[in-house]
Amino acid sequence: MMRAFFALLGRDLKLAMRRRFDLLQPLYFALLVCLLTTLAIGPEPALLGRLAAAVTWIAVLLALLLALDGLFRPDAEDGSLELMLTAPAPLPVLVFAKVLAFWLVVMLPLIVCAPLFASMLHLPGTQWLPLLLTLLLATPCLAWLGAICAALTVQARRGGALLALLLLPLTVPVLIAAIGTVDAALQGLPMRSPLLLLGAGAIAACSIGPFACAVALRLGLR
Amino acid sequence: MAGLNSELPPLLVTRGLAFGYDEHGMFRDLDLCLRPGTGLVLCGSNGSGKSTLLRLLAGLLLPDSGSIERAIEHTTGEPVALAWHGHHLGLKTGLSVIENLRWSGGMHERRRRMTPASALETVGLDGFEHVPTRELSAGQRKRVALARLLLSPAPLWLLDEPYANLDPRGAQLVDRLIGHHLRNGGSVVLSVHRPDQAAFEGPRQLLDLDALP
Repeated sequence: MMRAFFALLGRDLKLAMRRRFDLLQPLYFALLVCLLTTLAIGPEPALLGRLAAAVTWIAVLLALLLALDGLFRPDAEDGSLELMLTAPAPLPVLVFAKVLAFWLVVMLPLIVCAPLFASMLHLPGTQWLPLLLTLLLATPCLAWLGAICAALTVQARRGGALLALLLLPLTVPVLIAAIGTVDAALQGLPMRSPLLLLGAGAIAACSIGPFACAVALRLGLR
Repeated sequence: MAGLNSELPPLLVTRGLAFGYDEHGMFRDLDLCLRPGTGLVLCGSNGSGKSTLLRLLAGLLLPDSGSIERAIEHTTGEPVALAWHGHHLGLKTGLSVIENLRWSGGMHERRRRMTPASALETVGLDGFEHVPTRELSAGQRKRVALARLLLSPAPLWLLDEPYANLDPRGAQLVDRLIGHHLRNGGSVVLSVHRPDQAAFEGPRQLLDLDALP
């Protein structure tokens, strides 16, 4: 079972490393969203600073959406999804490997670059750490929500648009919790409990997500 | 040999299988029994449901009604493993031949005394280990997928049009692999355009999907 997990994880990481340009796309997209916001609002550092965390979060969310269609669709098109579905290894384990690889190659670079985007938006120094922490804790939840939606839409012909419509409403609670945490930090309130809530969400997503995603993949076959 | 086979428990049994009969008139009340060492050849015109039946047997589609049961592996208590060979071969074009065999092999246990290199030699692709799969022809990719079958320890092979895209020598290779698998007590379900395409040695049943009621 672990052999299958590592075989698939290794394969996806290797494929991602071979197509480094594809890896840059979500980063570049998030950068553009932040840049356009800066240009649209104009040179008002105080206003930008107040919006910075929220804009960075939206940029990350949109970049995730852009990358998510590539999670299962290539596998469905070249037949490797059929191999996964007929393999003796449990499907949730295989799905976990794929989503972990996705998180490592898409989400982690976004998290690492987020302070860069935020500094472009004049984010106050005190908010850097809260922003990073919320991104780290909330992205697993986002990745699993996204994976479930991607699995549901993988057989649809125009799945990309459907994916966005399906996923974005589901991300609302995560977004509210994350921005709430950053705001609490800005006002000098303790961040501990909202962070714990986000962490609990991440654990719940990682434990329920693989099974829900496996069911969604099998549903798509009908 | 045939007498011995008929005493072994079947690897795959379907009872009252029905799919798409009302809409596309595919099939209903289909009872199949596949014993170890036998091949089941599915033939029929385009759209008669060959691929659909194979996908049902692989668990890639759910039947409208009826059941599909695979034999239980006595060591693990799980249904016996199956090896799937579909229209889309499941090869990553960004990976080399050997890398493709490694990841798909990693999802199954490896068959003993069989390495990716020896499997590639059997299918006539020795020396291609590190060639990127995108540089291979359609027939060569098919051979890589055949090498993957060889590496899999699964007793049940489900092959959708295994002879497509292959030259006559490639078709002989498929026949040889199937014959060998049947002699080792495995079973194969395969779809073909014409029944005479499947020239493998060994006991076989023929199911003409056009001739079903």
